[in-house]
Amino acid sequence: MSSALTSVPVKSAPSEALLSIRKVEKQFAKRPVLRAISLEVASGEFLTILGESGSGKTTLLRLIAGFEQLDGGEIWMGGERLDEIPAYRRQVNTVFQSYAIFPHLSVFENVAYGLRAKSVPRNEIPGRVTQSLSMVKMSEFTHSAPSRLSGGQQQRVALARALVNRPRVLLLDEPLSALDANLRRQMQIELKSLQREVGITFIFVTHDQEEAMALSDRIALLRAGRLEQVAEPREIYGCPKTAYAAQFIGQTNLLRAEVREGTASAGPIAWPASGPSGPATFSLRPESVRLASNSQPAASGATSRFQGQIKNQTFGGAMDLLEIDCGNSYVIRARVPNPGSLSGQQKFEFNASDAVRVLESSDT
Amino acid sequence: MYSRAYKSAVTIPPLLWVTVFLLVPYAILFCYSFWSVSPLQTIVHNWNLQNYAQLFRNPLYLTVLLRSIRIAGAVTLLALLLGYPLAYYLSFHAAKRKDLLYQLVIIPLWASYLVRGYAWKTILGSDGVLNGFLQYLHVTHRPVEFFLYSPFAVILTLTHIYTPFTFLPIYASLEHVPRNLVEASHDLGASPFSTFLRVILPLSLPGILAGATFAFVLTLGDFLAPLLVGGPSGIMISNIVVSLFGAAYNWPLGAAISFCMLLLVVTLLFATERLEKRFTIS
Repeated sequence: MSSALTSVPVKSAPSEALLSIRKVEKQFAKRPVLRAISLEVASGEFLTILGESGSGKTTLLRLIAGFEQLDGGEIWMGGERLDEIPAYRRQVNTVFQSYAIFPHLSVFENVAYGLRAKSVPRNEIPGRVTQSLSMVKMSEFTHSAPSRLSGGQQQRVALARALVNRPRVLLLDEPLSALDANLRRQMQIELKSLQREVGITFIFVTHDQEEAMALSDRIALLRAGRLEQVAEPREIYGCPKTAYAAQFIGQTNLLRAEVREGTASAGPIAWPASGPSGPATFSLRPESVRLASNSQPAASGATSRFQGQIKNQTFGGAMDLLEIDCGNSYVIRARVPNPGSLSGQQKFEFNASDAVRVLESSDT
Repeated sequence: MYSRAYKSAVTIPPLLWVTVFLLVPYAILFCYSFWSVSPLQTIVHNWNLQNYAQLFRNPLYLTVLLRSIRIAGAVTLLALLLGYPLAYYLSFHAAKRKDLLYQLVIIPLWASYLVRGYAWKTILGSDGVLNGFLQYLHVTHRPVEFFLYSPFAVILTLTHIYTPFTFLPIYASLEHVPRNLVEASHDLGASPFSTFLRVILPLSLPGILAGATFAFVLTLGDFLAPLLVGGPSGIMISNIVVSLFGAAYNWPLGAAISFCMLLLVVTLLFATERLEKRFTIS
């Protein structure tokens, strides 16, 4: 974990898929929890499964780990059918949300558990355990009882216990959700650099979109058992495919517009837009909206101007959040750097290309 | 904060109960164990250690005590061997049948001890169900006598009676084994059998100890089962105490035996409690 945060090129072109999830279905009491999930995970990738509670993200993880059986589809790993072998024979390890540290075993024995189970030669065990514990900065607790450790320390032991087995895929089920905010941010950074260091494929489950964006090479957004979008964080933020993706990842303004002859209009706002005519939904990030200077006219044709009443201004340090009433109760949110105190009617503008056309729903 | 009156109202009745019905009788018992019986069948208050000496001099008492311990040990072992798998199955694999099976284990506890004792007498006797069945099948040609009135019959009856007492604490401890630990063990590559040995069994040790203590202590002090199905060869230490306090009219000797038993059981309970605490992980 000691390595500095060097920027590693984003693995944009997955080489060979290590894990291949094909049309996976899962039901609980005849209620579908996962529907036709297909997903390829590259070797060495940090993939985050992001979704609200009840979206099926933990179930998907448990299917990969082998704690649940598929109701349809297949899971392959490195040319081998994974879903047909029992959990204890899969080269996959899990970091549980509740850590699941064995309370009757010392930290050392917890970490050694997997090595003993797989009959790793006895003389190899102490070295690997020590190395693994030092990787998560827990060397001084080697002989402690788990009950003496804090939540964050148990978390580290859980991580060491999984990594010591050198799994091909490491599954992490909301591992940071029980930690307080500061520790959580610190662990995020450590987790990311650790993943680069060991080069193991991480599949990380979270409901926290900020965490997902900070950590992942790619995000798989899950909604009610379906994959909404799978993309790199920048892409999913910049070009959300659906209204749900736009809203769930970051804040956005959803503009329900009518497109006619190359112009989209939503309430009092209009901007040039390509694509087919008819009703369409656009996502406009609050930070894409800026204050228009009164003196200059619109910079170019690709810029849209509108004006509205400042309804609310929330100070946010570097950026203030404005709620702008554009008339007919059409409210736009804008995030503006250091605008000073604003009131009354103001002019705003945004680049037409920042209004991204999104699907109303992924079902269509 | 509770008021003084409330505190006394809550603590005094149980304290009184323990004093009147436990401490005072034990004290009286303790005194009796140092007295003796005159040839005229009266209790003589001449303080001495004769009764305790006799316990070790007369081989009868030690023989019966050792037999009682052997029987208690056998019952404990059998109750564990029956109770643990049952509790394990119920806790980990019964799923929807869990509640029903649990009730089926508990229901016999509502039946009177005597009824269950007599039931075994009926089953094991020479005209009993078991012999009748064996003869009907031509496995045997005349009634097998040793089924009834033997240590075997006592062990069988007491195992039947005390297995639920062993089952219950084991079941409770198994229910407390976090299921994610079982998953973590599988996840780390341990087979179900290895998981049982390395996670489930160690974590259920407190339940095993509590269950074993129940079976052992309850059997050790039992006198009804030997009375009903034990016969002369199945006599246990409590039967001797009963006869000393009854027909033999030697209360001092009975008190001495009782007191030794009490000491044995209290030591045992103390030891197992210590052990249980050591195996219980917070």
